[in-house]
Amino acid sequence: MSEMTHAHGLIASSRTRGWFGFSNPQLFAFVVLVTLIVLNGIWPLLYPIFLMRVLCMALFACAFNLMIGYVGLLSFGHAAFFGMGGYVAAWTIKFWHVDAVVAILLGGATGAALGLVLGYLAIRRSGIYFAMITLALAQMVYFFCLEAPFTGGEDGIQQVPRGHLFGVINLNHDASMYWVVAAIFIAGFLLVHRIIHSPFGQVLKAIRENEPRATSLGYRTDDYKLIAFILSSMLSGVAGGTKAIVFGIATLTDVHYSTSGEVVLTTLLGGLGTVFGPVVGAAVVTAMENYLAQFGSWVTVTQGAVFVICVLAFRRGIVGEIGAALKLGL
Amino acid sequence: MIMIFGIPAPLLFGQLLLGLINGAFYAMLSLGLAVIFGMLNIINFAHGALFMMGAFAAWMLLQYCGIGYFPALIVAPLIIGAFGILLEKTLIRHMYKLDHLYGLLLTFGLSLVIEGLFRNYYGSSGLPYQIPHVLEGAANLGFMFLPVYRGWVVAAALVVCFATWAILEKTSLGATLRAATENAQLVQAFGVDVPRVITLTFGGGVALAAFAGVLAAPIYSVNPNMGDNFINTVFAVVVIGGMGSILGAILTGFGLGVIEGLTKVFWPQASATVVFVVMVIVLLTMPRGLFGKRA
Repeated sequence: MSEMTHAHGLIASSRTRGWFGFSNPQLFAFVVLVTLIVLNGIWPLLYPIFLMRVLCMALFACAFNLMIGYVGLLSFGHAAFFGMGGYVAAWTIKFWHVDAVVAILLGGATGAALGLVLGYLAIRRSGIYFAMITLALAQMVYFFCLEAPFTGGEDGIQQVPRGHLFGVINLNHDASMYWVVAAIFIAGFLLVHRIIHSPFGQVLKAIRENEPRATSLGYRTDDYKLIAFILSSMLSGVAGGTKAIVFGIATLTDVHYSTSGEVVLTTLLGGLGTVFGPVVGAAVVTAMENYLAQFGSWVTVTQGAVFVICVLAFRRGIVGEIGAALKLGL
Repeated sequence: MIMIFGIPAPLLFGQLLLGLINGAFYAMLSLGLAVIFGMLNIINFAHGALFMMGAFAAWMLLQYCGIGYFPALIVAPLIIGAFGILLEKTLIRHMYKLDHLYGLLLTFGLSLVIEGLFRNYYGSSGLPYQIPHVLEGAANLGFMFLPVYRGWVVAAALVVCFATWAILEKTSLGATLRAATENAQLVQAFGVDVPRVITLTFGGGVALAAFAGVLAAPIYSVNPNMGDNFINTVFAVVVIGGMGSILGAILTGFGLGVIEGLTKVFWPQASATVVFVVMVIVLLTMPRGLFGKRA
């Protein structure tokens, strides 16, 4: 795993830690990010729906990055949590008429519960096997969703109402929905950051760097990995639930393994193990999909080509390269 | 009508045969994956895409060059194997010094490119490929009708699998290969051109996938997603079998195909997931896989 996380050495070495575990450059980048999000809420320069999609994808990628960047395990099955979170949020808001926040939290709880089961099985192996096992388990979830009555099979759950926030604010306005999504994203982003910079996160890094040594120091490494996996899948569930409510639809696409591949690509392109990489990656990948959508299969071809280029020449990703050029851990 | 466990015998044997056929493809694909992994330490995610390319090569050979099924069984794997060698020479070789996961990501990207391109030019609806005349029809075995082509697929797969096994285990070439897997530097010191051995191994594994693709062409419609449908199950097969043993890969492939076929008889809804359930059980009881080596 050491090679995969080379970019990360920069973060470990930056000594000055200020507010919330951010170093000064990170804090600056965070302020810029929040400012951009807020400014776009006030004067929408970009289409709000597009931005909401970016934010959902960014949260999903941050959650995924927690596993690959800080535990060093590549999950190829995160679509299971994202998609199931979406199904549960859509179903509860449509048929139980729960509050939007409750639906999204239920999506997160579903992700966490599923993460507990899948993670318990998958952490028995590491490296390539971990990737293959998560892929296979997620495929099982996909088949379950294909057959189960509540998902609506090929049709998915359609015409999901956005409902109200705390029973008061009507979310059918894109503007109000945008603020909810922005708040969820920022909360999730900060949570991931907090996890990484907690004592728990330090143990995760220790496991990534040298698992036998962490074991010999008395840490139950499997427990740490499992908890990290559950946190990651919970946030993926939240991201999926939010996306389902924004777009009013939950479909098989979100549980399909191509979505797992997409989150891998997003994180890889942005920079594995960087704080802001997943966000930048999400913006680029979503924009790419948006503008290439009219060309059909060329989206897949382009995504594949970006994968190949990233792996061959660009392993630190966009943010990782910028950080390396500026000698900063971003 | 003969009944077995309350199931009409022809239905049971029919599903068993379907299972064996799927198992034949699992065996050939997981065998290729295991051989490539043994030598290159890379999980070839593009294996499904290359399998699909094999089927398309057969279709194109017939369509554009008038080359029929039996020559295609040889020619298509050669073409796709050469393509595999090209991939190894240009792209995959840069992965050897990196973490194994990068190989997985690179080949995943390649599979997206390949499948996307084929989907773009040939659509996803699928192209028909006729069963060759000699292999048409069905034989009456007394207890069931055996479509000749399906019997042929199982037989051909068995032959190819065991031929691969024999080459790897019983010839001097195989011995060199296995030695290079164990300790590449030492083998290189003995004057073996290890990079070339690696390239040829990858080509061989890819050719195996392409051969499976040609066999599959008349059964499944030739379409860009045909590899996609197999590859996830094949990964589960590889996890179950463990990648340490060639015979293990073959046995696990066929065995799981049969289990899947039987599940289709007794509980059709579960047939898509039964392989994954087996994987879960194996992971819980013997995490290294049925035939896996101890680390």
